[in-house]
Parts: sequence; structure tokens; C-alpha cells
Amino acid sequence: MATATLNATDAHTHEHEHEHHELGFVQKYIFSEDHKTIAKQYLISGIIWAFFGGAMSIIFRLQLGFPDMDLTWLKPVLGQWIVDGKLEKEFYLALVTMHGTIMVFFVLTAGLSGTFSNFLIPLQIGARDMASGFINMLSYWFFFLASIIMFASLFTETGPASGGWVIYPPLSALPQAMPGSGLGMTLWLTSMTFFIVSQLMGGINYICTVINLRTRGMSFTKLPLTIWAFFFTAILGLLSFPVLLSAALLLIFDRSFGTSFYLSEIYIGGEALPNVGGSAILYQHLFWFLGHPEVYIVLLPALGITSEIIATNSRKPIFGYRAMIGSMMGITMLAFIVWAHHMFVTGMNPFLGSVFMFLTLIIAVPSAVKAFNYITTLWKGNIIFTPAMLFSIGLVSLFISGGLTGIILGNAALDINLHDTYFVVAHFHLVMGAASFFGLMAGVYHWFPKMFGKMMNKNMGYAHFWATFIGVYCVFFPMHYVGLAGFPRRYYSFTALGNGRMEAFIDMNMFISIAAILTFTAQVIFVINFVYSIFKGKTAPQNPWNSTTLEWTTPVEPVHGNWPGEIPAVYRWAYDYSKPGSAVDFIPQNVPYSATPESNLPEENDEIAHEKDIEDLLDIQNSSYSH
Amino acid sequence: MTYLIGLLSVIFLILAIMIVNKSMALSKGIQGTETDADVPVDGANNLNAIGFIIFLVLGSIGAAWSFFHARPDFLPVAASEHGVKTDSMFWISMGVITFAFFVTNALLFVFPFLYRYKKGNVATFYPVNHKLELIWTVIPAIVMAVLVFTGWRTWRDITSQAPGNAVVIEVTGHQFGWYVRYAGNDDNKLGNNNYKLIDNTNSIGIDFTDEKSFDDFTANEMHIPKGVPVLLKIKAQDVLHSVYLPYQRVKMDAVPGMPTKFWFVPTISTDEMRYKTGNPDFNYKLNCTEICGSGHFGMAITVFVDEPDEYAAWCKQQKPFLTQNPDYLAKVPEKFKTKAQKYIEAPVVETDSTTATETVTAGTASLR
Repeated sequence: MATATLNATDAHTHEHEHEHHELGFVQKYIFSEDHKTIAKQYLISGIIWAFFGGAMSIIFRLQLGFPDMDLTWLKPVLGQWIVDGKLEKEFYLALVTMHGTIMVFFVLTAGLSGTFSNFLIPLQIGARDMASGFINMLSYWFFFLASIIMFASLFTETGPASGGWVIYPPLSALPQAMPGSGLGMTLWLTSMTFFIVSQLMGGINYICTVINLRTRGMSFTKLPLTIWAFFFTAILGLLSFPVLLSAALLLIFDRSFGTSFYLSEIYIGGEALPNVGGSAILYQHLFWFLGHPEVYIVLLPALGITSEIIATNSRKPIFGYRAMIGSMMGITMLAFIVWAHHMFVTGMNPFLGSVFMFLTLIIAVPSAVKAFNYITTLWKGNIIFTPAMLFSIGLVSLFISGGLTGIILGNAALDINLHDTYFVVAHFHLVMGAASFFGLMAGVYHWFPKMFGKMMNKNMGYAHFWATFIGVYCVFFPMHYVGLAGFPRRYYSFTALGNGRMEAFIDMNMFISIAAILTFTAQVIFVINFVYSIFKGKTAPQNPWNSTTLEWTTPVEPVHGNWPGEIPAVYRWAYDYSKPGSAVDFIPQNVPYSATPESNLPEENDEIAHEKDIEDLLDIQNSSYSH
Repeated sequence: MTYLIGLLSVIFLILAIMIVNKSMALSKGIQGTETDADVPVDGANNLNAIGFIIFLVLGSIGAAWSFFHARPDFLPVAASEHGVKTDSMFWISMGVITFAFFVTNALLFVFPFLYRYKKGNVATFYPVNHKLELIWTVIPAIVMAVLVFTGWRTWRDITSQAPGNAVVIEVTGHQFGWYVRYAGNDDNKLGNNNYKLIDNTNSIGIDFTDEKSFDDFTANEMHIPKGVPVLLKIKAQDVLHSVYLPYQRVKMDAVPGMPTKFWFVPTISTDEMRYKTGNPDFNYKLNCTEICGSGHFGMAITVFVDEPDEYAAWCKQQKPFLTQNPDYLAKVPEKFKTKAQKYIEAPVVETDSTTATETVTAGTASLR
């Protein structure tokens, strides 16, 4: 509620020119239908979740890096999960599971897409709010409910879900298989059901808003790449999350109502279960049908944010705007037909494996195009290293480094040895975990002035970036070696590997753990900066980064409805930076070509004739808001 | 080693702190002299640009050093025919991606340094170049196509039908261990099993109504012959498990209700490996790589790769399950009784042979 108190004081200074009457505290800050408030709610929830998710990883890194360490000092926090100074084996698995669940869904899906899709879509396309403010509010509160349930599951006696974030049955279906598959798993499934509902409501809103509420002149080909990214993300989520819902539902049936969707011929705990005819592989297909698009659901918004920030701070148009859209579109489509590359060695028909290998390696092409386009955008720029820009460059580096190992893992023959080892862990943490996290951070640093009307401290931003960037590489780069040495994931300890293999990597595991602890600690710099700047930060100018997009034409702290007067019209794309002939190095999207004859390209001069048509759309646009 | 790593992390940390301090000091100095409106950057801009170069240099050194440091311990020698192939393919792919890794990251870090903000500079308005885009779409596409094609051929060979002469071994995963069953010395065929027949002794539910089961024997460790195709028939009793033979580059999930398989040709015997590694205690392991519960990490058995004649000798020594547990003769249907009887060892000399046989027969009768 830090934001709430701040905005409460500020609300008096900003007069509402809009006809809206002043809203009460609850409507304004809690059950708010304003996309900006909802975005902040998502952001702060995401940061809180990131703390818990990160802290969990530190605890299990202690176990992996320092297996002999006495963890009695954690007893006040973990209680019965510490036995004789050692982490309980079940709880180790619970930590791994919850770390994955929290980071993938609650931080990088809700925290990233929820924050920036909500915040930027209306502001950048020139809309007063989301298509449905009410559904948008419900979306957050369903997420909140999901969060509460997931959080509560941490305190159950049998522990939270522990079967890995993918919760493969039968392990997750049978409470007798592990304690975490009892109440903890029930809560996990309940929580995820609400989470999916939340995502669907959000996604519908994002899509509707982008299609219907663009301001006059804002054609699809003038949309900033952020909006394109959010748009594709929403489509991905809308089409794939329902499949996870069905997977979860069938699992609930198997757990509670004695069905056999996933269960067959099981002998456990001294008894043979009656279930026959189910398929454990069916669950995996359903799960990864969401699971793989999910990777892009967390990555695409980060890439969109990066496109915007790199162009702005290089003072150059993004290179290959249409290629960027095309590659995102390609990634979106391919994302749906590569899921089974997670299942090469699950017993799936090997022929199917070959098909998915072909499709998977195709997806490397649009990804490569994106990386090259970012690099070319930097070329011959006039680069300003704001913290957001640093994080964006960091993102591209992590995206490349992590993405390249995907070429190895996508190859079914090579995946045999590497599947479920630390090589995979290193790969996806770099390409989707760290890269998306960097996108989130870049976004916060870049749009903080718009969110809170204050500037964040730059120097702390630099320190935060360098510590995190170096730290992330120190954590995940050595992990590739551990994986190549055949260390499997989700191992409590590596004693059973034998032949001195564990001993050979004791130092490296220790190094990774130390790096992880330092990187996690470095995030304190960000939290301090974030909280301090909300209250005591320097007041932001209207357009601190000299950016071209529409959000910077709103007042420093946008009012309800975003623009006090008419919504500006849009005449040009979002990337007129350093245009030859222009006296300033950026021309905002709402500046008509008729006002910039000195810098217009020949075909742009032809556009001047159409400007009247764009202006004429004002009445239609206004009528769409008069309910 | 520990010291080196410690030293490296300390260096990184000191560097980070230095950069921060410098940038803070510089930006403070500059704030007084120039106004924000004129210059959109503070003094840290150059330092951040230099930071990327330092990161590139130190990062490259770190990457190369760590590679050579860890090289003796990772990707140990491949001990199967297909493993040698996938390893060489791995290194080719690794070569390609290492090249791409260094080139792209170098450009990514050098450009920010070269084109850092300088007063009076104007960025080049360079929105598109279709030729360039075409080049870097087509080149990765071709590289991918080659990698996919070679990968697909190897994958197809690995997952092809096992040769007819393959030694068939059944591995069954359970919480938390592996049961191994051999096809036996007589018919060389695995008998059926059924999860409903599992009891405390017959832990894999061998079905004794199937005559092929009679000579099957079980073991707590796995023996496989060198140079001969081995077909693993993989099963799971309770939850998912995954058979992982790290040195043989074998991995396949064990799925309850859905038998899976994987065949391979081991090429290095345990003894040869002991000699190669200089470790007299070296033993191959079969680990589990699919999360299966609290004992997941310890779910391993020892695997011995024997010379074919040693393997045959070992097999000969093994006694069929039925021989070790003659009570199960009761489960054998009448028509196979005589055949099964052969596997019941003649009662030891001390006892009266006729009574023993009678007891067994009587027991069988009473059970029926």
C-alpha cells in the first residue's frame, strides 16, 4: 500500500479536469478499475512474490552449494522442515517446486505482463482505459486470490506442492507418493485455476483494447513494438492457458473423484490401485501445450519493452520494425507447435520427436533475427546508458547466451544426454528467467517516472544492473558444466552419482551458490531505490527520456482517463529518432507531418493529405467513450 | 580451485564497486557544472560504456578459463556406440554456437562503447535494410537445417528397432530403486508381469501363468555385455522415473502403464573404464532423472559392463526367481507344471526327497 498513501497525498495537488467525481479510497486504490492502478498492484505483488521466489532459491542453493552446512539458524523460519540442522528432503523438493511456480507464473507472467500490458496498452495506443475496467479489476483480484491460496499452501502441515513446477502425475496425483501431493497439491491446483481465470480476463482485455481503442491515426503499423509484443502475448495466453486449465481439471478429477485420466497400473504403498487405461503422457502433452507458449508469454513482453528502450536510448529507430513484428508473429505461431520438445525421452513416439525437432529449430530463426536487429539498432547510435538501457542490453546478451544452448537441447539426439540435467536449468534460466527479469527491471526503470511521477536514483540503478548482470552470468554460466557432467535436476544431493563426480564439482556448486546469494542480495539496492523514489524521488519531467510514444504526452502523473483533454491523434510511427533534417533528435507520434516539412521523407509528404481524415475521426472516437 | 574462484568473485565485486563509486563521484562533479537540459547524460555514461568492454574482456577470459578448468570433469568419455556419435555432434553444434556466442556478444558490447553518447553527435537514421535482414534470416536458417538434418538422422538411428540379437533386460522403477529382470538362460524371453500380482517377494509381479517366466531371474545390480546390443524394457510401478546411464548416454522415462524402451551398444567395460580413469573403484551407475519423491536423488543401482564371456558366465550363475522362491510354483497352471518343476531345485540331500516333493505338490493342491 506504499503507492496508495503516496498517491493519496498527490491526488489533492492534481485537479481532475475530467468530469469524473472524486473516487473513494477503496475504489481508487483497492478495487480500482483504473488500468494504471491495476498495473501498480500487479507490479508490487510481483515484486513481493519475486522476493519469496528468490529467497526459496537461496535456501536450496545453500543445500546444493554447502551440503554439510548446519542450517539450524533457519529453524525460526522453516520450523519442522529443518531436522537436525539439515533441510528435509521433501521440503527441498517443495522449495524447488514453489520457486518455479512462483517465478514463472506469479512474477514473470503476472508481474511482467500484468504490469506493463495494463500500464502501457492504454497509454501507448491512446485510450482512456482498458476495454473493460471492471474485468480488468477482476483479473487482478482473481490473481490476488490465487496468490493468497498459493501462499497459504506454504503453511500446510504436509508442505506445499513438491512434484516440480510441472507437477507430472502420477506423483502429483497420489498423496501416498509424497507428502506434498496432499493438501499442498490441492491448493496448488486451486490457486492455478484462479490464476488462469485471471490471465484469461486480462488477455481478453488486452486484445480488445488493442484492436478497438486505438486513437485516431494509430494504425497497426504505427503501434510501438511494446504493444505488438503485449498483443501477441495476450493471444498466446488466451489460446494456451485454457489447455492448462483442462490439464489441471483432469488432474483434480483423478485426485478426488477416482477417475483414471492419467493413472494406469499403479502399485504404490503396498497396494495395487484399480486405475487402468489412463496416460501419464497425456498430462505432459496438455501441460506443455501451455508450458511452451508460457516461455514466450514471459519473454515477448520483455522483448517488446527492450525494443522500445533500446530505440529510445540509442536515439535511433528500431532496426527492421516490420521484421520485428514478423519475427514476433512467427514466434507466436511456432510457440504452439513445439511443445513436445520437452518430451523427447518421455516414451513419446520417436517419430513425433523428429517432427518436433524440426519445428523447434525453426523457431531459432525469428529469434536470431530479433537479436541481430537489436545489435544493428545500437550500431551508429548516440547511446545513453540509463539503467533501463543497461538492463535492455543485458537482456539481449542473456537472450543470446541462453537461446544458443536451445539449439543443442532442441536436437533430440543431443537432448537424450542433457534432458533433466543442469544444462537445461542453465539454458532456461538465462533465456527466459533472467532475460525476462531484466525486461521487467528495464521496464520499471524506464516507466517509473510515468507510474509514480518521480525519478529513480540513476547511480543505484547502475550499481543494481552491474551487480545483477555479473551475478546472473556467474550463477548460470558454470551451471552448463555441471549439467554436461550429468548432474540431474531436482537432486537433494549428488552422493549417488558416484565415481567422484560430486567431489569434482563441489567447488563449482559452491561458487554458484555464493554468486546466487550475492545476486539476490544486490536486489536490495533496487528495492531501496524503488521505495525511496516513490516517496522522496525527484519529481519527473513530462518526457524524461525524450521519447516519441504517446504516454509521454500525458501529464506527469496521468489523471483518470489519462489525458485531461482530447486524446492526441497519431500521425507517424514510434521511431522517428534522429531523423535527418530535424532540429530535435525525436519527433513524437502525435506531431503531424505537416509540422515537420524539413525532415519528411518523400512518401511521408504524401501522408500530409490524409491528416485531415485522421482529425475527422475525433467525433467517432469520442462517441465510443460516451456511455 | 576454491581460492581461484574466490579470487575471481572478489575481483568482480571490487570492479563493480569501483565502477559504482567512480560513476557516483563523477556524476556528482558534473551535476554542478552542466544543466540537465543541455546534456541528457551524466558522467556515468562513459563509465557504463567502458563497463561493457571490461565485461566483455573479463567475461571472455572467465568463460574460456572456466571451460578448460571444468573440461576434465564434464562430458566424460562416451561408453556406447551412439554416445560417441552424439558427443561428436554435440561438439560440432557447440562450435557453431560458441562462434555465434562470441561474435554477437562482442558486437553487443562493443557497439555501446563505440557509439556511446557524445555531445554533438547525431545517431544515424537507419530504419531498415532488407538485404541485411535477408542475409541474417537465411544464414541461421541454413545452419539450422544442417544441424536438424544430421540430428534427425542420428535420432532416427538411435530410436530404430533394436537388432534381433539384442540382449533384453527389464528395468522397473519404483520408489526408490530399480528392479532388474533378465530373460533367463533357457528361453531367453521375458515372461509377462502384472502389477496386480505384486507382493512382498514377487516385487515386479511376475506372471507365472506364462511359461516364459519360469527361467527369468532378477538381480539387484545390472550386468550388460560389452559390444552387444542391449535392449532395456523400461517400466514403472508407482510414479514416473527415468533411466539414466550417464556414461552410455542413455535416458528414457519409466512410465506406469506404458512400457518404454531404449537400445544401445555398450563399448567400454567396467574394467576398461577403471583402467582408463585410473580409478580402481569406478562403477557405472543407473540413476533416476525424473522427480519421483524424497528419495529421488539416491535412486541408483550399479551397472557392470562385462566382456561377453564374463557376462554369459554371470548369467549362468544366476538362479531363476522360481528356483529361489519355489512357493510360486503354486501359481503355475497345471499344463505347465512339469515344465516349471524343472526350475525347482531338487531338495537338498539332508531332507527326504520324496516328502519334499510331496509337500510341494500337496501345497500346490491345497492352494488351488
